[in-house]
Formats: sequence, structure tokens, C-alpha cells
Amino acid sequence: MSTLEIRNLQVSVDTDNGTVEILKGVDLTIKSGETHAIMGPNGSGKSTLAYSIAGHPKYTITGGSVTLDGVDVLEMTVDERAKAGLFLAMQYPVEVPGVSVSNFLRTAATALRGEAPKLRTWVGEVKDAMEALNMDPSFATRNVNEGFSGGEKKRHEIMQLELLKPKMAILDETDSGLDVDALRIVSEGVNRAKAANNLGVILITHYTRILRYIQPDFVHVFANGRVVEQGGPELAEKLEANGYADYVSK
Amino acid sequence: MSVLTTNYLTPTGREEAWRFTPLKRLRGLHDGVAVQSDRESLITKGALPSGVSFTRENLEPLASSDDVIIERVRGAATSVAHLAIAPNTEVAEPIFLGRSAGALDTAEFSRVRITLGTHAVATVIVENTTDTVLAEDLEIYCAPGSNLKFVTLQEFESKSVYTARHHAVVDKDATFKSITVTVGGDVVRILPTVEFKAPGASADLLGVYFATAGQFFEHRMHVDHAVPHAKSNVNYKGALAGKDAHTVWIGDVLIRAAAEGTDTYELNRNLLLSDGARADSVPNLEIETGEIIGAGHASTTGRFDDEQLFYLMSRGIAMADARRLVVRGFFNEIVSEIGNEEVQNRIMDRIDAELEKAAHNG
Repeated sequence: MSTLEIRNLQVSVDTDNGTVEILKGVDLTIKSGETHAIMGPNGSGKSTLAYSIAGHPKYTITGGSVTLDGVDVLEMTVDERAKAGLFLAMQYPVEVPGVSVSNFLRTAATALRGEAPKLRTWVGEVKDAMEALNMDPSFATRNVNEGFSGGEKKRHEIMQLELLKPKMAILDETDSGLDVDALRIVSEGVNRAKAANNLGVILITHYTRILRYIQPDFVHVFANGRVVEQGGPELAEKLEANGYADYVSK
Repeated sequence: MSVLTTNYLTPTGREEAWRFTPLKRLRGLHDGVAVQSDRESLITKGALPSGVSFTRENLEPLASSDDVIIERVRGAATSVAHLAIAPNTEVAEPIFLGRSAGALDTAEFSRVRITLGTHAVATVIVENTTDTVLAEDLEIYCAPGSNLKFVTLQEFESKSVYTARHHAVVDKDATFKSITVTVGGDVVRILPTVEFKAPGASADLLGVYFATAGQFFEHRMHVDHAVPHAKSNVNYKGALAGKDAHTVWIGDVLIRAAAEGTDTYELNRNLLLSDGARADSVPNLEIETGEIIGAGHASTTGRFDDEQLFYLMSRGIAMADARRLVVRGFFNEIVSEIGNEEVQNRIMDRIDAELEKAAHNG
């Protein structure tokens, strides 16, 4: 049982026009097995929350805390956060030219498990994970994210989620750019990871569509850098009907 | 041994061709101070397949040269090491050449010829090792319809000085591909040059280099499109790390008036891995006819991509390993073209080692 606690998190970013405060005090508590949907209009700071927890160097933490089972996450390097059990499925996964998917996955698994996975079982593991997400076997020999379609990038992210078995996952707009079939396949992957590892999930999305496939326990509405309303799944239905207009004007 | 005569024009460093080269570190190759050794160090490794011969002969140069060191080599060398692949011979395995000996107090002036007969197909891999002072005039002739993959591996020890011209004459419908790897030596200066003899000829000039503290590596291409319907592609990638690591890449491509239907592209990318290193990159495309298929060039010099490192590290991969993956990936595009697993692994291991060395030296 793990708990990710975000307390009064304040984050700013340096731009050409000076320092801009983006997160203005975010409080969230996520426990193993729980799924928290974070919904909000564009520019409300949802992605900043995701990248700040993962440790992207672009963001400066100006206040508050993030802990995983009481251990300070903000003091950790990016790779240490992954080793502690955090995972970020990115909205725009970057290309890494010349590095094959299979080499990348094996390097990551070796780093996270502390030893190289046994080749025989590993090959099977990767094959199963790819099949489960309807990915062609040739995928393993392609370079990381290079020339991937939007859907392939997202499948690749969720394949990593299943293979690397984190405790807590942040899914940053994993639904964006997916057609209905791909959305279903990717969502099934998330649900498998939840079931297999009692995964805690922060599901960042703009739309309610993905919530038909991945059932949230809690819904948080994000606007102007903070959580402005919280509730159960019924809150998502209200957003579906009314949009974010009520929150943006506040 | 004999001291070379000095009736050559000695470069001063002000000439366009020499403006980047640290002449003082050439151990007298350029100004006649170098003492000529009688070394003839080029050897074949392993048995030669049938249809392939390696002899010492007297051969006239294939092409003139305005490079003063090449002129000195031609004046000094007494014979030419000649690797010949007979017409219609297809050699499946690579033919390995190497250097059997070297020395730093004397200089070797070496002339080499590689000849591919009509429709011959071969891969030649030259392994340049040891600590040595070597000036080389290497000429290649690809007869009509032949196909040569020519790999040179500059894996010299740290004090070596190597200056060379690798000149390929590519005839009708012949395919020439060179892969030039420079990872060792104090000063390495290579002129990969190509001239096309007839239509249908094509040349790929690929290369990688990795310079660490104090090393100077220069690669100066010249592709001469003098005939119609020839194709050339240049792609060199370099990394630099450490104080006063210096690389130079010059890409001169000339499309003459007669060279209608030319298709050419050249690319140089440099990865600066630390402060205090310098990468010069000068693409230069001269076009005398508009009747071409394509002509372009690009040159980039940048640092590690933070987004790539973040992505890898967010999967638990430590910074040093993430950097190694990115650098390996950067070079892999070209190194994988060698097509020999053992050589590729050795080069990649060497690149890892250079990177590690650079990290330890700050």
C-alpha cells in the first residue's frame, strides 16, 4: 500500500517574459488502487503538475511538498523518482534517434529492477506486452518514438507502464489523439496495470471520453493552477454537460 | 632513412585548406622536417579470397593533387600497396587491411591503391592502429558496375599524426560507399574526395568522429560532379568532449555545368558534450547548372537534448547511462552501416570509453 501526497505545491517556470507562477498550491492524496481524474481547461496547469512530480528541469518548485510513503520526492533526481515507483506517461513522448525500443526497454528494466532481466523471460515479457496492446513485433526494432504515429506513441507509453510496474502512474492526456479503437486498447492496458500491481493513477484529461473506459474513483477540477472542485465520478458527468465555463470565469 | 627534400610549397596556415589545421603538431609532415622511415606497414589480415590480390607495384597516380603532403608522399614513396579485386568477383566477407608497425620519431609515406574490376563487389576495412606518424595517399578506382564499401577506422594511439587523402574515382553505374571512423590520434586530417567518371555513378560518404581533450580531427570532403546523372550523399556525425577538443568538417560539393541531373545532399551534425570544445562545420555547395534533381546541405551543432535525457531518466535510467544511450544512438545510424558486428561493437565500446574518459575529466 503506497500513498502519494501532494501538499500546497507551488511551481513556476521561467519564460522570456520572466518567471510565471503556474501551480498556486495543489493538494492531492492518491493511494494504491485509486484512480484520480484531473480535469480542466487548457492552460490550467495539469501538465505542469505531471512534469513537476516527475522532476522535469524546466519547472521550479517554489513551495509545498510531494512525498511517496513519507519520502520526499522533490529531493530525488528524475531517475530516482522512477526507481521509487513513479511513472509518467507523456503526452508528447520524445524521439531518441538510434536507440531501439527493445534496447531502451531492457535498459530501463535493468535500472528499475537493479539487475538485467533474464533474456529468456524478458523476450517473452516484451512480446506479451506488445501483443496485449496490438503492436506489431517489428515495433521492438524501431527507434524510440521515431516516426511513431500519435497512437503508437501512446501504446508505447502504456506498454512501458505494464512492463516497468510502477506504484503510481501519472497519465498526461494519454487519450489525446487516439481514435476509439486505440483509446479502448490503451485503456485496457491501464486497467490491466491497475489490476496487476494495485496501481495508483492520476489521469489527466481534458475530455470525459476516456473515463468511460477507465473508471475514476475521484474527479478533481483544475483551474488556474489549483484544484477548484472535487467529487466522485458524477462530477465528470456534470463537466460533460456544462464544460469548464463555470470554473474559468472564477 | 633520408631527410626529405624541401622543394615544396610549405603551408603557412593562412591558406584556405590549412586554416584550421595545427601545423606545429604535424611532426614535420607538411614542411619536410619529418624524417622518412622505410616502413611499408600496410598488410592484409587473414587469407585473401580468390580473385583478390595484394601486391607492391609502381603505379602512376589516378588523379592530381594540390595537397602539399600528398605531393610529398608521391615524391617519397617508392612503391604502391595495391589491393585489386578482379572483375566480376563478389567477395562476401570483408577484406581487412591494417598497419603492422608505427613509430613517432620517423614518418611513413604510404601510397595505397584499391581497384575494383567491372562488376566486382567488395567491402574493404582498413584498421589504422598503433602510435605512428603517417601520411597516406590512398586512391580508389571503381570500374563500371562495381560496388565498394570502404571502411577506415582511425583507432590510433594518443600521439599519432595521420594525414591522408582518400580519393575515389567512380566510373559508370558504380557504387562507392565510404565509412570513415576517427576516434584516436593527436592530429588526424583526412580528405575524402570523389570524382565521377560517367553517368550512373554514386557515392555515399559517411563518417563519425569523437574528439576528446586536446585532439584535433579534420575531415575535408570534396565531391566533384563533372558528369551528368551522378548521385552523392554525405553524412558525418561528430561528438566532442573536453578542453580544446577540436573538429573540423568541410563539405565542398561542386556541380559543374556539364553535371545535369545531379542529385546531392550533405549533412554534418555535431554534439558538444562539454565546454571548451570547438566544432567547425562548413558546408559549401557550388552549382554551375540549374538542371539538377536536387542539391542541399545542412549543418547543426548542439548540446544534449534535455528532453531526451528527461525521457530516459523518467524510466529509471541514470544520467550517465542516459547520456551513453543518446550518444550511442547518435552514432548508431552511421556505425551500423559498417555491416560487421565485431567492428561495430568495438567502435561503440570505444565511443563509450571516450565518453567515460570525458566525464571523468570534467
